[in-house]
Amino acid sequence: MGLSAALSLRKNNCSLHMEFNNTQPIYLQIADYICDKIQLEVWLADQKIPSVRELAVTLEVNPNTVARSYEYLQGQEIIYTRRGMGYFAQANAAQNILKTRRARFMDEELPLLFKKMQLLGIPVSELEQQYQHFIDNQN
Amino acid sequence: MIAIENLIFGYHKKEVVLENLNLHLKPGGIYGLLGRNGAGKSSLLHHICGLLFPNSGTCRVADKNPADRSPEFLQQVYLLPEDVYLPNVSIKSYIDIYAPFYPEFNHDLFFKFLTEFEILANGKLQSLSYGQKKKVMISFALATQVKVLLMDEPTNGLDIPSKKQFRKIIAGNVNDDQLMIISTHQVKDLDSLIDSVLILEDKKIILHQSVDQITEKLVFKQVMNLEEVAAPIYSEGALKGYAVVAVNSKHEQSRLDMEMFFNAVQTEKQQILSQFN
Repeated sequence: MGLSAALSLRKNNCSLHMEFNNTQPIYLQIADYICDKIQLEVWLADQKIPSVRELAVTLEVNPNTVARSYEYLQGQEIIYTRRGMGYFAQANAAQNILKTRRARFMDEELPLLFKKMQLLGIPVSELEQQYQHFIDNQN
Repeated sequence: MIAIENLIFGYHKKEVVLENLNLHLKPGGIYGLLGRNGAGKSSLLHHICGLLFPNSGTCRVADKNPADRSPEFLQQVYLLPEDVYLPNVSIKSYIDIYAPFYPEFNHDLFFKFLTEFEILANGKLQSLSYGQKKKVMISFALATQVKVLLMDEPTNGLDIPSKKQFRKIIAGNVNDDQLMIISTHQVKDLDSLIDSVLILEDKKIILHQSVDQITEKLVFKQVMNLEEVAAPIYSEGALKGYAVVAVNSKHEQSRLDMEMFFNAVQTEKQQILSQFN
């Protein structure tokens, strides 16, 4: 399935039910959820995103937790606030999301992958070939 | 909002339930009150709303002494008990009789909550099932808009969709000037709502920390080998490896597993509590 097909599939899935995982703090999982919405263009640049309260109700979490997610995303320059009007997706949000997610991948997911590779005795060189194979299959 | 100092209480002279209990709570939060059966959770809640009086020590709530039971105080506090008793009247007359005690009572909200819980507003209270009665009382409790809302095991008796509805209603209605204490054994039902954890044990509050403070000091992880964790305090064997509570020396971010945290406090009390002193 191509990326655009995947995107439209995700877009149409409006009644998104959120299952939190057990490892990451909830506020980061909510931040991820918001980033998904922005990257998939469900929420567009310079458009208002749900209020803290609205999202707390949708996700069944404490509003303080959502407020913390919004604060975090403001720090990452992904959303911004207009006094008295709420929160908006930033124009270059998608770029900043990519930056944030790349950093998180390098810091958190890659070490786990490396550990597993070490455990299974898989050299990095073998990955390159697999990765190329994966890319070729996608196209 | 709540200031309890050196509270001592016993139902009998020889046996105290609460001893030198201290507790200071600010508004704007949802506090989860955890404790084993018979630890005294309900007794504590009853002191806060003026149903029980301390043998000694002081209990101040919203700048009043609950034991005085002044109307100004009683208008500002509501206790939703675990087992609700309801008279044999219609929902409508129940509201006519009891809502006037609460000046901030919001009728629109009450009926909105009933709709969300899928309860017909024109029914008789006695014809409702246990779970439905509980939903009526939860709706009433939240519609009072009191400053101090105490809920004793609110999700007991609710079916799965209603628990979800309960979380949505709480998330949508908690205010910054309000204080909620929810005592519960069903931590999994409510852990995404709770700001701060209170643990009642050995007749006092042995732990009062926000969820953020807990995950700052402790890290909750799933690992294959216990050797992977630097300073484990408590672990539970799972299907694949272990769930571990460890000292958070590397400032890792993790999600609080409230049930495991409670178990960890039970078995490794000194070690856990020493992290917070």
